[in-house]
Amino acid sequence: MEFDLPTFWFLLVGVLFTGYAMLDGFDLGVGALHLFTKTDDERRIMLNSIGPVWDGNEVWLVTGGGALFAAFPEVYATVFSGFYDAFMLLLFALIFRAVAIEFRSKQPGRFWRRAWDCGFAGGSVLSSFLIGVAMGNVVWGIPLDKSHEFTGNILTLLHPYSLLLGLTTVALFMMHGNIYLILKTEGELQAKLGRWVKITIPIFMVLFLTVGLITPFLCPHIKTAFNERPIILTLFFTLALLLAFNIPREVHKKREFRAFLSSCGTMLSLMTLFAASVYPTMVFSTPNIENSLTIYNGSSTEKTLQFMMIVALIGVPIVLTYTASVYYIFRGKVVITEESY
Amino acid sequence: MDIEILSRAQFAFTIAFHFLFPPLTIGLGLNLVVMSGLWMKTRNPIYHNMGRFWTKVFGLIFAIGVATGIVMEFQFGTNWATYSRFVGDVFGSPLAIEGIYAFFLESGFLAILLFGWDKVGPRLHFFSTCMVALGAHFSAIWILVANSWMQTPAGFHLAKKIKLTADGVQHPYSAELAEGTFKIKEVPLPEDYILQQSDLDSIRAVITDFWAMVFNPSSMDRLVHTILACWLAGTFLVISISAYYLLKKRHIPFAKASMRIGLTLAAITTVLQFWSADSTARGVAENQPVKLAAIEGLADSTTEAPLGIIGMVSWERDDDGNIIGINESALKVPALLSILVSGDFLHPFKASEVEVKGLNDLPSDEFILARHPDATPAEIKKIRPDYWPNVPVVFQTYHIMIACGVALFAIAWLGLALWKTGRLWVVDSKFTRLYLIACIFSVFLPQLASQAGWFTAEMGRQPWIVYEILKTSEALSKAVRAEQVLFSLILFTLIYLLLFLVFAYTLNTKIKHGPSDDVSGAQLPEKWRSIAILEKERHDNSE
Repeated sequence: MEFDLPTFWFLLVGVLFTGYAMLDGFDLGVGALHLFTKTDDERRIMLNSIGPVWDGNEVWLVTGGGALFAAFPEVYATVFSGFYDAFMLLLFALIFRAVAIEFRSKQPGRFWRRAWDCGFAGGSVLSSFLIGVAMGNVVWGIPLDKSHEFTGNILTLLHPYSLLLGLTTVALFMMHGNIYLILKTEGELQAKLGRWVKITIPIFMVLFLTVGLITPFLCPHIKTAFNERPIILTLFFTLALLLAFNIPREVHKKREFRAFLSSCGTMLSLMTLFAASVYPTMVFSTPNIENSLTIYNGSSTEKTLQFMMIVALIGVPIVLTYTASVYYIFRGKVVITEESY
Repeated sequence: MDIEILSRAQFAFTIAFHFLFPPLTIGLGLNLVVMSGLWMKTRNPIYHNMGRFWTKVFGLIFAIGVATGIVMEFQFGTNWATYSRFVGDVFGSPLAIEGIYAFFLESGFLAILLFGWDKVGPRLHFFSTCMVALGAHFSAIWILVANSWMQTPAGFHLAKKIKLTADGVQHPYSAELAEGTFKIKEVPLPEDYILQQSDLDSIRAVITDFWAMVFNPSSMDRLVHTILACWLAGTFLVISISAYYLLKKRHIPFAKASMRIGLTLAAITTVLQFWSADSTARGVAENQPVKLAAIEGLADSTTEAPLGIIGMVSWERDDDGNIIGINESALKVPALLSILVSGDFLHPFKASEVEVKGLNDLPSDEFILARHPDATPAEIKKIRPDYWPNVPVVFQTYHIMIACGVALFAIAWLGLALWKTGRLWVVDSKFTRLYLIACIFSVFLPQLASQAGWFTAEMGRQPWIVYEILKTSEALSKAVRAEQVLFSLILFTLIYLLLFLVFAYTLNTKIKHGPSDDVSGAQLPEKWRSIAILEKERHDNSE
């Protein structure tokens, strides 16, 4: 197979959004679980488990968006303008979450903290849900005209399938956040979080299996992709399941880090599964499938893709190195200090 | 309401709000590097306390900057999709580079800065401070490159998509051909091609030379000008809070030391800013003469063009209410604009002979004829104002910016003089008190100057979104309706209002709480204690 620049960029944008899902995924999950603990101490520990890293994690979304703009401007323009209301809500939710994290512990008042706790949890749940809905629509397809303009409205986007994917994403992030919290906590709180796993994992599994089994029947274009590459799709579907099954086992054996890796592996498999079922299409157009945006008719010129490939190949390894270093520096259990949130 | 007005209002509001914060982090970043550098050099715990306090302030501002910054990146796609499709091949790259090289750097190392006091040693911490400041500056570079390309586009050509059939015949992109019988190709258009609205489906800007795009005619001037403005924003925050402590007689050693750093940086930066402002304005004169005439309110082309100091510009309208010119009345310095535009300060009399074009001749007849081929001279005169920005507004914003700049220069150098004559710390003197009160409020001046300056730059570019290529009115999202934008604009207004109130409240709490006054080194992180040189030892050594 010869080297294909649009494919390289499809993968790179995929890597960035997978990075976002894996990293901010646990932030959002921690947020979604936040209200299930009651005491202020426990809530602060949960909040501070993501304290040093959440804004860096959000950068993956910003960079993913930037990379999408640079490499696939047509896709960026179509999706962002087509999903206007949903993306505005996503922005408000992300702003609320960020602000809630920043301000919650700045004042001791009960009402103050409760209000921001709700902002943190609500913002996190809504963000996860909307991300899922957006992905659901990409798989399901949206009505596009000849110039790739979206012709529907917000109600076009809110159909049962996309809502189901929204729920699945919330469940996935809650599971992921749950495992991350086990990694970052100790003692009684950790034991409690260990019990939660018995709820969060099955919920996700049921939703995931449902989505996995109905998608080929509901989306003819995904069926086509399945007929084209049955082995890859089956492989990653199974891998995602097996890795998710592995999480409770690792938690039970007190191998927290391996449990977290398993959870990350689940997400990686899911994103690969997602990418492999749509490639080389980026946005399906339904009902007029010929108006779909692919990595070829939606991309920048070869010159831009090539130049930016060099930029990315230099930059991304550096980013990964110091991001890993930061995570290494902040390894271990959460300790509340003067600087904490 | 009109979707163009709404989308522009939303972009202006969200960017103006967002832009309160990055200048502070860029400027504070520089101040933090100086403070941490002084700690590394002197090992005096006071600089550690300083770094620790300002880092907290930095963290608060950065969080709001991130939260409001994502909005900006999303909006190109949500509200300006036609623009994004048209320029994506050129404009997307700097944004992606900003993400990869600036945001990751800034946010990654900020974690160490904020939460790493007990986890890393002083060296790594200092390194992180430098990386955070560098990241903040990198992001300014790439966003300024992108914006400057909209002002003075370079390094690209327009390309038209066509359908090419197997027999080599070129068909227009809109031609209905059977699937699979053609290939889509992009052919470059001649340099003087004038974009029509109907072209937007098949024509886009395509990069030809990346570095020409990066170093477009205005990018370096505008970058330097903006970064210096950011330094002023951060530095005057330091000055303002320090002045407050001096007046309240709290944290005196801390406030004195912070004030010294702030005043030194401010004095240097204000001077540099005059030089940069001059260079930037000359660039505008060369590349965007319409904008220059608008910001100076110059109606007729003239030699010995005067420079306005303060005044009013209003539209001159005909009986039907159409704009036909401007009325301007201002306090002016004769011939100074001509001299500044020429840049030949050594020969002012020769320089004053330089002609500066006025709005009645801008844009040129040829420019208008190229876009309206059959226009008669009378019609040209009528069409011309369509290509002017909102002159009454940009005239004012431009002059507000300059007035703020001059005031900042005065405050910085007066402070320096007071410090060097030893009167700055005599807080009970009436004059010093007045000066310190002025310092407290001085924090608003760089903000006002930056905002006014950006409104001048962006409104002065109108009616173009990409200068003299694509009009703002043609760049909107086709899939979005006015009500959607109205709704999001209302929500943004409410949320940002709340955000700002909470920000102000929290910043106030931090300032009231203040820095640590510990000079014994007892509150230093464990790893750091052994290297601190305390006041007592310092004293012993000097004896």
